[in-house]
Amino acid sequence: MPTVIFQSPDGTERKVTAESGTVLMQAAVANGVAGIVAECGGNASCATCHVYVDPRHTDLVGPPNDVEDEMLDFTAAERRPTSRLSCQIQLSDALDGLVVHVPEGQV
Amino acid sequence: MSSPSTAGVVVVGGGQAGFSVVSTLRASGYDGPVTVFAAEPHLPYQRPPLSKKAHTDPVRVELVPESFYRERNIDVRLGDDVIAVDTAARTVTTASGARVPYEHLVLATGAHNRPLPVPGAELDGVHALRSLDDALAIGGALATAREVVVIGGGFIGLELAQVARARGGRVTVVELAGRLLSRAVSSQVEEHLRERHERVGVRILTGTAVRAIEGTERVRRVVTDRGVLPADLVVYGIGAAPRDELARDAGLAVDDGVIVDEQLRSITDPRVFAVGDCARHPNPYADGLVRLESVPNATDQGTLVGRRIAGSPGVPYASLPWFWSDQGDIKLQIAGLRVSSDDVYLATGGSPERLAAYAFRDDRLVAVETLNWPAEHLAARRLLEQDAPVCAADLTGSTLGALTRARRAAGVRG
Repeated sequence: MPTVIFQSPDGTERKVTAESGTVLMQAAVANGVAGIVAECGGNASCATCHVYVDPRHTDLVGPPNDVEDEMLDFTAAERRPTSRLSCQIQLSDALDGLVVHVPEGQV
Repeated sequence: MSSPSTAGVVVVGGGQAGFSVVSTLRASGYDGPVTVFAAEPHLPYQRPPLSKKAHTDPVRVELVPESFYRERNIDVRLGDDVIAVDTAARTVTTASGARVPYEHLVLATGAHNRPLPVPGAELDGVHALRSLDDALAIGGALATAREVVVIGGGFIGLELAQVARARGGRVTVVELAGRLLSRAVSSQVEEHLRERHERVGVRILTGTAVRAIEGTERVRRVVTDRGVLPADLVVYGIGAAPRDELARDAGLAVDDGVIVDEQLRSITDPRVFAVGDCARHPNPYADGLVRLESVPNATDQGTLVGRRIAGSPGVPYASLPWFWSDQGDIKLQIAGLRVSSDDVYLATGGSPERLAAYAFRDDRLVAVETLNWPAEHLAARRLLEQDAPVCAADLTGSTLGALTRARRAAGVRG
């Protein structure tokens, strides 16, 4: 049961416990984390679950896949080297303590 | 539970639009009473996944858990539909006999499936798909179904055809019109889509009318004007109609949906809003009033009304319409509203799976349909939303993605 932390643009933090095997976006939506919209329900179709992975954890999380990589060019908030779509990040115990930053806007 | 002593917001409908209203109200600081009446026995859930995989577990599709509503003091009344609205007294009456006052009423009643007008539609093994309970019934039936007939070649039918095919059944789609998705996509995209379905073994019969469904208790076959199809499971999706009877009975203006102004208020009574599938609204991307059946429309309209009631200044609804449909490995996405007289150009995205159809009106891009090319879809949405004009010549040997990158590099916003 990994715990992940969502940090909003104003600096407030939400700590959420999720099940291994689910994706980061589900953990955010199920806990009402503000700023993760996930219009498409998690199909890498809409880019409204954009997050910035904390620089300490980018190696652990890994790079975006090819489809995701292209989509990240068209997110509402600016793309950064740490940008990922949270519906494409599968959670496991290895990601316990993961910190991600929620962007200013998603749509 | 007793009626709240002060009148707050009453939302009729526990779907995506109703959920969007109540979650936005609380996120925007509204602290009056919020009550949602949901006709179904389930907490608000996502409908799109219902037709995209076989379902056995209700919890998997819930939008948020029960604690979300409890923590925000949102009163969700499951299985108790509103049956009457008194706009003069500002009260609603529910099926269970509760009478609840409102200061603002939001109709988020959605749509219902058009019934299948053929003999035998009531047989066991014949299903429509709209609700979670429908999906659970179909999910159970798919485990053993060998011969599946899908009636209706729209989004729902084609999505379900792929689900059934992936389960190993023989699948036939029967469509009355001369082609699939006749209102939703261009003929150019439809040709590709059809070919991709047929490639994985989905049989498609267009221009074919269903005459009857036959069997003793359980369905055995579907009789069409072009032959008889064996069937042990029939699923139909032949379109939907808005649930606007409540509004009509309350004396509100209705015409294939509740007629609302640009702020989504009933043109008859400004204390009543309508959002989502049931709202016929002015939309800057359409010519006149439209009614849209899509999650983005439901979500965005709910957000606009939630903010408005919570005290934000009134702004006109102006979201770009967009749609998606996952049909097996096929990811269809549509941005904007195309009409049949638009000029359509096709482009491929470097791989045979990717396709885009660009629709132009007076040499100006108005809509884009893509297959398996989400990045191009997103680029299209950004460009169409920003009202950044794109003409056909801009796309000669290029894509919207490349065009956006080039404009950004040149310092043009986009």
